[in-house]
Amino acid sequence: MLFYIIRKIISTIPTIFGVALIVFILFNLVGGDPTYQMVGRHANAQQIEELRHEYGFDQPKYIQFSHYLKQIVTFDYGRSYATKQPINQMILNGIGPSLSLMLPSFFVTTILAVSTALLVAYFRGRAIDKICVIISVFGMSISMLAYILFGQYFFAYKMGWFPISGYETTWPECFQYIALPMIIFIIVSLGYDVRFYRTAILEEVNQDYVRTARAKGLSESAILFKHVLKNSMIPIITNVVIEIPLLILGAFLLESFFGIPGLGSITIDAVHNSDFPVIKAMTTLVAILYVIGNLATDILYTFVDPRVSLK
Amino acid sequence: MKALRRSLWGDAWDRIKKDKIACGCLFIIAFYGVVSFLAWIEWIATPWDRVVGLAYRAPSLSSLELILGTDIFGRSVFYKVIQGTRIAMSVGLVSSLISIPIGVFFGAIAGYFGGWIDDLVVWFYTTLSSIPNIMLLISITYIMGKGLSAIYVALGVTAWVSLARVIRGEFIKHKSRDYVVAAESLGASHISRIFNHILPNVSHFIIINLSIQFMSAIKSEVILSFLGLGVQGQPSWGVMIDDARLELSRGVWWQLAGATFAMFFVVLGLNMLGDSLRDALDPKMR
Repeated sequence: MLFYIIRKIISTIPTIFGVALIVFILFNLVGGDPTYQMVGRHANAQQIEELRHEYGFDQPKYIQFSHYLKQIVTFDYGRSYATKQPINQMILNGIGPSLSLMLPSFFVTTILAVSTALLVAYFRGRAIDKICVIISVFGMSISMLAYILFGQYFFAYKMGWFPISGYETTWPECFQYIALPMIIFIIVSLGYDVRFYRTAILEEVNQDYVRTARAKGLSESAILFKHVLKNSMIPIITNVVIEIPLLILGAFLLESFFGIPGLGSITIDAVHNSDFPVIKAMTTLVAILYVIGNLATDILYTFVDPRVSLK
Repeated sequence: MKALRRSLWGDAWDRIKKDKIACGCLFIIAFYGVVSFLAWIEWIATPWDRVVGLAYRAPSLSSLELILGTDIFGRSVFYKVIQGTRIAMSVGLVSSLISIPIGVFFGAIAGYFGGWIDDLVVWFYTTLSSIPNIMLLISITYIMGKGLSAIYVALGVTAWVSLARVIRGEFIKHKSRDYVVAAESLGASHISRIFNHILPNVSHFIIINLSIQFMSAIKSEVILSFLGLGVQGQPSWGVMIDDARLELSRGVWWQLAGATFAMFFVVLGLNMLGDSLRDALDPKMR
């Protein structure tokens, strides 16, 4: 088991190296000299030269690349161009608000979606099932932006139930700020999730073991909630990985709409300020987080599915 | 006993024709296509930046231009929605035209040749898909400069991974089948086996993938334009939604509603058509 986990961890190294390579090629080779984008049009030659030296753009590409790899390993991405803060400090400050918004949203969504999917799978083929599927498809066709704009306008501005935007780092106070973005995220992702889990569960329902369970006289609800649910854990875990990009997008949009100072807001600000080092660091970091998420699910599979071979 | 010999495509077309929902979706998408085409050749909704009334005029039925009211500069929101449709559809089309050949090519050579080529391609797309799409899109538009062509390229070069995965899997299944071995014994080259023999047998996956890809391209365009990274100086749905951020508190809802509904129907159509196509074309799903 331990050996398997170590092997899995080692197998992520080529991927992370590839991420570094792609990001480096994109930012430092294809994009031309990044200094021009950072300083803008109104800069004299001396300013450009200084900046180029400060960020090491005057060195050969392979040294720049090894410097970048060192940044990844040591988690020291240098300083932001716009705010002059150390980037790793910015990331550490942003990770708390982002996690406090996205983790609960994600857990609540998954629990709600799986239970709804089990319910509609129980009533499969009947009116309630069809209505739920139609609502899901309609729900996932509306732009996330529309949900956010309408939610913020109606519940925060019109009804005044929630603050329009802002954030507080201390625990009970911060809840009122993250409540509305959380609700919006849950509504946005519920449509897709319910449909996905319903399909996954219905695939299990046609398996032989379900017929056996039915033949030995188990009730339909016992089959569904005990046997099928356990076997559906695999697609459910898979979906967790599929959802990570949506989580990131959600963090981007929700944080910038509701003024939550998380990683999403940092990135959006960096984009608007042409803050090259921050965009590069965030791209790398988010990709590494994604690889780690993938690794975690691979390891989780071995716990829920004995068929996953450890060899 | 008619129709004993039916091709996959003929059979799928018959199924789609019987499927009322799929026909409806096809009609919606065709309608969007025609509207975009007419806007592209400047027959309708042009010029969109002409002042047609006072700023923020509420929707009224008095004329077609005012059916969705006006924006802050007194321009017709209805025309802007149509121009937004043109941009969204062009993004879906061009990015698919870029990504499908890339996806088919990499998927085909990886699945067909196996070995180190397969390892390399799989490593490449695993890496690419590890960088979340939105970050990759932001980086590419940041590097290429903002604008429509950056969006085409950014969506085109990021969207091929899922198609390549599917095509690779199918090529692995097909490459040792009898018909391919027979072609080999008749002297067919690798290129001929890949493109003349196997590809036509897996091409329905391209169509299934197309509707989903088209949809996600439209969604991504709206979000990128909304973030200010997309279309500049043209009325994209994303830009309209961004404008609506400040308008809503003044009670101006028509710009948001126009863009959202225009997007809703085409995304819904592509979504449901994707399901119907999968049912009709994928023999496993029957």
